[in-house]
Amino acid sequence: MVDHVGKVVLPGEIVTGFKASEKTSKVILGPGLRQETETIRATKPGILRHKEPNIYWVDSHQKRYIPVKGDTVLGIVTAKAGDIFRVDVGSSDQASLPYVAFEAATKRNRPDVKVGDIVYCKFVEANKDMEGEVVCIDSSGKSGGLGVIGRDAGYLFQVPINLTRKVLSPDCELFGSLGKNMRYETAVGMNGRIWVKAKTVVETIAITNAICASEYMTNTEIKNMCKRLADSMAGF
Amino acid sequence: MEIPRSSGFQLRHMMCEFGQLSRPDGDVTVFQGDTSVTTAVYGPGEVRMNKEILNKATVETVFKPKSGLPGCAEKMFERTLRNTCETFLLAALHPRSSISIIVQEIQDSGSFLSCCVNSCCLALLDASVAMKFLVAAVTCAIDSEECIILDPTVKQEKDSCAVLTFVFENKDDSILAVYTTGSYTVQQFQQCSQTCGEASKAVFDFYRTSIEKKLSKAT
Repeated sequence: MVDHVGKVVLPGEIVTGFKASEKTSKVILGPGLRQETETIRATKPGILRHKEPNIYWVDSHQKRYIPVKGDTVLGIVTAKAGDIFRVDVGSSDQASLPYVAFEAATKRNRPDVKVGDIVYCKFVEANKDMEGEVVCIDSSGKSGGLGVIGRDAGYLFQVPINLTRKVLSPDCELFGSLGKNMRYETAVGMNGRIWVKAKTVVETIAITNAICASEYMTNTEIKNMCKRLADSMAGF
Repeated sequence: MEIPRSSGFQLRHMMCEFGQLSRPDGDVTVFQGDTSVTTAVYGPGEVRMNKEILNKATVETVFKPKSGLPGCAEKMFERTLRNTCETFLLAALHPRSSISIIVQEIQDSGSFLSCCVNSCCLALLDASVAMKFLVAAVTCAIDSEECIILDPTVKQEKDSCAVLTFVFENKDDSILAVYTTGSYTVQQFQQCSQTCGEASKAVFDFYRTSIEKKLSKAT
């Protein structure tokens, strides 16, 4: 039995050495792993990850987004059609956003959304055989930060999906260290889109570059970079 | 940097670079000796209505020659590549979408088909499209003295009586596709498939080292 955890796996490779949960004697296979009768093979190139007690998945470098239920994403409204909006989230299909899925929206009281607006929304329906559905409210009917953003100012850009996962992880100190010296507002979608709004254009560009550059950095390197960035912004 | 080939019993030096293009979801430039191609992959993306397949992804390949417009031969070449790619992609995971593969010829110095298949496989790996297994293509030629030359150059291909391209997979090391021109005996075919099968191991090793190198930055 070879333990593949933490190592690179390639498609077609047999993965062994799974630890099943003691209670249920089951193993949970995440993205990039596939069961073929008796054996389990990888379907994506990447690093095999393991989470206690029994969850396994392949961490791969990907640019294209594939919708997953519960993901918060940044979409662009492309059309109004009947009682729904069409939203481009960067996947193979456009998602639909109902009129009434906004805070305080009713049949009569329609939300103020135009074509071209950026919406921060959440997937409530993501199935490969069906059109995705997004909403801008939580289960209690409140917006909770979701909704139309950045109509007055801000900048939207695309990064690899790994980077959004990295900056959103609680271990990453990027946004904290950037915030020590600059005031800014940001929204990160799981689809690889990041929206940034700062006071000036120069600051916006600086923050954008800092986020893009942090892809392969460790926390100490990120802190150093933010310090240098603050110095150069101040004119040293 | 090319390893000098004394006998023709080994593959020419292989090299690849990822991420030279910014737009595609995955891209690679593969050098196999002097032969080189750039391949870009988009997908799973939006598909045109008339090409939509209800239960799996549409695989499209586009071959761009070095100069001029693509003709019949190029269209045939596209089809060969597409058929090969369709067998190892897990297209059923992304119904009603398209996976498009664009192959740009940079330099053809022999064994061009195998270089293209290998670059398609690497580009799909770079894009992290779900695959059943990996494929590796190896070309060999049988010269007038009935010697087998692995990974022939254009001149060697021209002087030979047959050129055979084999595509192998890494699941149970069997042959996935064969593309041949010229005449040969059954025995010669067996010999060629064996030699190429051994050489394909080197290609799979090359895939592994390339992907490990790419992912080493992330860990």
